Amino acid sequence: MKDEDAPKPDHNSGLTRRDFIKISGVGVAVPLAFGPTVVRAAGEDVAVHGPNKVSIALNVNGKKLTAELEPRVTLLDALRDTFNLTGAKRVCDRGTCGACTVLLEGKPVYACMVLAIDAQGKQITTIEGLTEGDTLTPVMQAFVDHDAQQCGFCTPGFVVATTHFLQQHPQATEDDIRRGLSGNFCRCGTYDGIRAVALTRMAAAKSTSRNDTTALEGGSL
Amino acid sequence: MSDYAWPDPATRPFLGKKISRVDGPIKSSGRAKYTYDYNPAGLLAGKILRCPHAHARITSIDTSAAEKMPGVKAVQIIQKPGAEIFWAGDEVVAVAAVDEPTAEDALRAIKVQYEPLPHFVSDAEPPQNIASSGGPISQDDFEDMEDNQVPDEQVIAAIQQNGISFHPGEKYLKDAQESGVDKKVVEALRTAKYVEAPPGSKSPYKKTAVQTQGEPDNAFASAAAVVEGLYGASCITHCCLETHGMAAEWPGPNDSSASPGTNLLVHISTQNLSGIAPQIAEPMKIPAGSIQVMQQYIGGGFGSKFSPDRWGIAATQLSKSAGGKPVKIMLDRAAEQEVAGMRPSSFARVKIAADKDGKLVAWESRSWGTGGVGGGGTPPLPYILEIPNQRKQNVAISTNQGSARAWRAPNHPQAAVITMSAIEDLAAKMNIDPVEFLTRNLDMTGPRAAIYRDELPIAAEMMEWKNNWHPRGDKTDGPVKRGLGLSMHTWGGRGHNSDCDLTIHPDGSVEIKMATQDLGTGCRTIITIVAADTLGIPMENVKLLIGDSRYPVSGASGGSTTSGGVTSSTRRAAVDARNQLFAKVAPALNAKPEDLEAVNATVRLRGDPSRSLSWKDACAKLGAMPMTVRGKNPDKSKPPDLTNSGVGGVQMADVSVDTETGIVRVNKMVAVQDCGLVVDVKTAESQVKGALIMGISYALYEEKILDPVTGRMLNPNMEFYRLAGIADVRELKVHMMTGKGYDERGVIGLAEPPVVSPGAAISNAVANAIGVRVPFLPLTPARVLEVLEAHG
Repeated sequence: MKDEDAPKPDHNSGLTRRDFIKISGVGVAVPLAFGPTVVRAAGEDVAVHGPNKVSIALNVNGKKLTAELEPRVTLLDALRDTFNLTGAKRVCDRGTCGACTVLLEGKPVYACMVLAIDAQGKQITTIEGLTEGDTLTPVMQAFVDHDAQQCGFCTPGFVVATTHFLQQHPQATEDDIRRGLSGNFCRCGTYDGIRAVALTRMAAAKSTSRNDTTALEGGSL
Repeated sequence: MSDYAWPDPATRPFLGKKISRVDGPIKSSGRAKYTYDYNPAGLLAGKILRCPHAHARITSIDTSAAEKMPGVKAVQIIQKPGAEIFWAGDEVVAVAAVDEPTAEDALRAIKVQYEPLPHFVSDAEPPQNIASSGGPISQDDFEDMEDNQVPDEQVIAAIQQNGISFHPGEKYLKDAQESGVDKKVVEALRTAKYVEAPPGSKSPYKKTAVQTQGEPDNAFASAAAVVEGLYGASCITHCCLETHGMAAEWPGPNDSSASPGTNLLVHISTQNLSGIAPQIAEPMKIPAGSIQVMQQYIGGGFGSKFSPDRWGIAATQLSKSAGGKPVKIMLDRAAEQEVAGMRPSSFARVKIAADKDGKLVAWESRSWGTGGVGGGGTPPLPYILEIPNQRKQNVAISTNQGSARAWRAPNHPQAAVITMSAIEDLAAKMNIDPVEFLTRNLDMTGPRAAIYRDELPIAAEMMEWKNNWHPRGDKTDGPVKRGLGLSMHTWGGRGHNSDCDLTIHPDGSVEIKMATQDLGTGCRTIITIVAADTLGIPMENVKLLIGDSRYPVSGASGGSTTSGGVTSSTRRAAVDARNQLFAKVAPALNAKPEDLEAVNATVRLRGDPSRSLSWKDACAKLGAMPMTVRGKNPDKSKPPDLTNSGVGGVQMADVSVDTETGIVRVNKMVAVQDCGLVVDVKTAESQVKGALIMGISYALYEEKILDPVTGRMLNPNMEFYRLAGIADVRELKVHMMTGKGYDERGVIGLAEPPVVSPGAAISNAVANAIGVRVPFLPLTPARVLEVLEAHG
């Protein structure tokens, strides 16, 4: 990525580029001394970033990561290509398959549908952030125990989605599981195992919560 | 019993049990590194410019602007001006740049001009009147129309309107009339206007198989019941979640990251690790031995990933142009769907007959389908049943689309849906329960009859067939109709050639090296099971190294050949290693080597556990040096044959069909499957469940839809190329045949067979539910409603 020929970072935003002209309803361009250019669009002041590289800072798995990226780079590509966090996979690249699922402010999102620049200032959790070292979370262990994975390419997305679903829906029915996890696709056909993961983790959480009603909130899953 | 033979159930701690896959933890924690994840320092992004036309000639290419762009490191023209392109999405130019956005910009800066040529992408219509394009009827066209029973009026009209591009002599006309061509049609030919065929107007239809056995006409004439029907399955894609792709780099002599002797380092998503280097060596004109090929994990292949492909070679060339820096080209989703593999379509008009006892007597099929420019596959019809009297022919249609690749059990799912649907329709006409009907005809399945005879009652029991089945057409009130259907299948699955090295170290550690791949089938797990089982040590003590072409050669993972191959070579290596260890240990135990056994991490005297050494102490007797042995498959010098071929399986489906919306839901599927000796019941069951789910997917949702006007795929994505989701999958029940009659057959592959039957079983269940046949897969709401409407 470090290359002398690479397009240079643009902290001052080039207004001469075609891309800028494409913005509709643009009024007056007001270059500021620092930070992005601001233009008046549809009656409001709008900051214009790029099209060249700008400094982007992300909070990923509790760490601050920074890079010079073009504003068009997605959160997924930034995680994978720039920060080498490759657990989230690029599969459909347009918000259908869920293989790139990460948590943004604790909520699952398709990382291919979020621009890295828009994810600044938010807590991002990837599958790598769910564990420390070689230990598995109970949900990950359940994926192993129920053989809920074959090629494994959809698995990280499913693990993140399942973990969040179980935290949010501790009393889910089998139908709820089908609906709640239908934002992820698998090609090898591991859904039966994934359903078993959800059911057994829910049963385990229920038996724990008899003693400790806050177990679910505390992330025992 | 030979040393090498698979052990008895009593003496196998892991083999045949339910064992969790050994690479489960690394996958579920997201740490498994796939080719797509390969991200070394200085990696360049490779991208490919593809042809937007289904058939065209390149007239000019201008890459000058792209080459001047900052960050662009190399540009490679893949097909030069003058080249004829035969399908949309074919590769034209490749670029490598510092990152993906820059590479994409570079593609947009390349100017390619094309001369569009006429294209043809339609396969759903039977091959009848090719001259609809306006051209004259060729001799092939005419004969295809006759073979496909195009109504005489249509044939005559086509001849009169378009003329003919051949000269039928009197002998030809006489022969035609004698072979059954209508007199009026012969007359039309005789008086037809001759029209010169325009150049390049070759018919896309090509007859690939014509065969008659027995006396089909007499058999049909004297049969008790005959049905005719139209059946088939549309083109689908492999839709691997990890798209095809490869990274290539040319390490310099001082590059510490490369193994000594490696001039070209390749990371590739492949089912064929050992077979990649030769395919790169040839176009790159370098010794195959200087290429190192690596892959630890692969995100799906299903038969589509055996070669480096054009993009892999392009990555290699781009890297070379860029001074050896690593270049990675992974296909984007649209290219993956459009050009990286599809399963040929197959459709057929079928006539089938039985005698009064419900024994099949005659079969006639006129099938057609496409597998891209090269034509199509020929489904083995009639499937698995050797019906005594047959007449069949197949027409391959050449269409302008990316070529077919092996798709899990090539040709079998199509053959199953055509054959099993026809049989079910005949059984319905004769008012015979299809389980009973198939049972009466099992003697026609040859050597696998005994397997099916075992399996059919088990499947029927699991489905509660006797209670739940009803004659055709659910007569209950309400719009939702329920039905049951079944199908049977077979596959070969003999183990491929496989070498492995097994090393025992003096400290007791054990490692195995093999240049194979684990597609998610559990390959790593079964190798580890066999080694641990044979050496009597915990599975954790076996370190397995795969995914590097420098290890001993093992076959490609295609055709369900891996399980039999890798377990057989591992078993032989482990037995030899164990016996050599026994020879070293025997003096210390004051015993003969042949009286020793390796159990529970000890080496001990058989029948006297008091005379034993721990595994670690036993291995210390090796002295200072480790010991390596080579295991092979096949190996006639070390009998018996540990693998086998020819499995049988039975599947049943329970569906609900909403007759108002046309939506089909699969309530339950059962699969009873044989694969000889099951090494790991857990991963085997997963494999079968996965096949059922993939089957639900292609039976109900998947279709590669081509636009006849533009020749392009209309759904090269995952929102409109629909895979089954978790909500579409209900109850799945799997029963693996094990024990006597099965274990002693040896290890047989399992990947293909269970994916053959779901389409046929589901189609039959839908027919049973709504009382009429929906001819083609996928059984979309539109197709279901169309049939319901046609039948009132």
